[in-house]
Amino acid sequence: MAKDLVKTLADLKEKEALEIVQSRLKAGDPPLRILDDARRALEIVGKRFSDCEYFIPDLVYSGEILKQITDMVKPKITKGQEVKRLGKVVMGTVAGDIHDIGKDIVVFMLDVNGFEVFDLGIDVPAQKFVDKIKETGSKVVGLSGFLTLAFESMKETVEAIKKAGLRNEVKIMIGGGQIDDQVKTFTGADAYGKDAMEGVKLAKGWIGG
Amino acid sequence: MEKKWEEMSAKEKREARFKTWLSAEGVKFQSPEAENTYKKAVTRFKDTVLLEKTPDRVPIFPLGTFFQAYLYGVTPHECMYDYEKLLSASKRFLQDYKPDYYGSPAFIGSGKILDILDYKLYRWPGHGVGKDSIYQYVEGEYMKAEEYPALIDDPTDFWMRTYLPRVFGAWEPLTHLTPFPNLWEVVGVSGWMIPFGIPPVQNALKTLMEAGTEAMAWIQQIMGFEMEARGMGFPTAIGGAAKAPFDILADTIRGTRATMVDMYRQPDMVLKALERLTPLYIKQGVGMATFAGNPIVFIPLHKGADGFMSDEQFKKFYWPSLKALILGLAAEGCVPFLFCEGSYNTRLEYLKELPKASCFWIFDRTDMANAKKLLGKRLCIGGNVPAGMILTGTAEQVKAYCKNLIDVAGKGGGYIMAFGTSMDDGKADTIHAMIDFTKEYGVYK
Repeated sequence: MAKDLVKTLADLKEKEALEIVQSRLKAGDPPLRILDDARRALEIVGKRFSDCEYFIPDLVYSGEILKQITDMVKPKITKGQEVKRLGKVVMGTVAGDIHDIGKDIVVFMLDVNGFEVFDLGIDVPAQKFVDKIKETGSKVVGLSGFLTLAFESMKETVEAIKKAGLRNEVKIMIGGGQIDDQVKTFTGADAYGKDAMEGVKLAKGWIGG
Repeated sequence: MEKKWEEMSAKEKREARFKTWLSAEGVKFQSPEAENTYKKAVTRFKDTVLLEKTPDRVPIFPLGTFFQAYLYGVTPHECMYDYEKLLSASKRFLQDYKPDYYGSPAFIGSGKILDILDYKLYRWPGHGVGKDSIYQYVEGEYMKAEEYPALIDDPTDFWMRTYLPRVFGAWEPLTHLTPFPNLWEVVGVSGWMIPFGIPPVQNALKTLMEAGTEAMAWIQQIMGFEMEARGMGFPTAIGGAAKAPFDILADTIRGTRATMVDMYRQPDMVLKALERLTPLYIKQGVGMATFAGNPIVFIPLHKGADGFMSDEQFKKFYWPSLKALILGLAAEGCVPFLFCEGSYNTRLEYLKELPKASCFWIFDRTDMANAKKLLGKRLCIGGNVPAGMILTGTAEQVKAYCKNLIDVAGKGGGYIMAFGTSMDDGKADTIHAMIDFTKEYGVYK
């Protein structure tokens, strides 16, 4: 009897989930269908996180399992098969700040919720955000920062986007340890999310899905 | 005759430690007023954290790392490489702002020493981050998933020959050393010394000596400041430091992601490691507090905050070893200072398990009214002035915020005015507002 990958993965049963993927691949199940199930499972994980049933360790662990599944499935995907994406998001930790745990979780949750995410990494200069928005035509930008020094960097990044004439083209969300509404106003961003799923909600609100 | 230390109860030890702190041995006070200010500040702190009597007013302890220097235009890079600049800014901050206590500039440390040692656990100004940015931790698995047994078996050996060689480039050759307990009696001595003859090991030892020389230059200047600050009437409110055992694992050696995955894949190993590490950090906190002659042991808390783990995970992985650490320190007469960034709203019930006045908590985003309600009779609380407001708000806003804090959390004592987080940068008007307003409004009648 084939066990349900969606439920097993959503329940974070690593060994069982990997076994299911293995046997489905063996049985010739289309790889994209497996990935779609995995994506649906991660959507449940995200929902459980929003509902305070799951927390950061659970998100991190789900990502760890998903990575293994993707590694197993990816080689079987033939060219031309692509997952349809809701929209594009540029993400990065702002200049001067190298914290990535929070940013990575947001990237991960945006990705499994159907967004194409361009992750610029950490300590990202304002100009790099501007260039990436131009290059990709992304409609949403996420600025992450843990340090209080990041407030100023976020503000400078928002200003650089404005200067490049792109401010009306994009919605900007910020997040990180000490971010609140007051800081949001200070930086000139459109919104702040207190956790990864709020980031997903903001992005969905702005570019549909 | 005075009782011997080992015969004293925890309370007597605590009293003796406070007495030492108050006595300010070796401090040359600049004036009788300075001495009076110092002593009043220590007494205020004691009255506040021990909840024995209402203090004269709310104590003010603006704790941070680089913010004092920032206020005087001294960059983080200068702070770490030009001790003189850091210390003169720290002194000016005390003169201009007059908080009750100072946070030691020793927290910043020397960039020169990190350079010599080729430290990999952090990036620091001019070394992996810009000169205007501050030191920041580099996430990584400095202990591997399969190394729990080695850590648990012998943490010191694990640190010496596995962990330190990974986090300090200069320490790397010391992997060649033989375990210390292997040296027993005459037949072993000559052979045991062989690794010290290997050129890379010899060079490593020379590098450590170089770091040691710089450390002496650094501490001389730091101590000069510390004694002067006390002489001016400002005590420091930190004697020692320790870390929650879970944070040692998740910050220091295994990294956040790996520790979180371990909680699923090898929970028993995680628990055993936490149990093994706990007494080491009790010992560290007590040792430092004794050396400093100050009972307060600073414990910055990280990965157990709201949202970082579930209640079940907190109860299983974070709380037992933290509680054991707090109780272990308190049993030696120390007063743990839990510096609790983020929020702890879902954890407050656990704090009720702690004995009265066994420690105190500086909160960041925790609901202070609720914390006062749940803990007020048991533990001193403090903090909650938001970094965002200090850096982007107005003086009026800060005053209104502090007024509410004093009214609600400060009612009847047991509250310390402090930022919610360790500040890396600052703003003059709002910080002045926090300190000056509290001095005026925070007086208990």
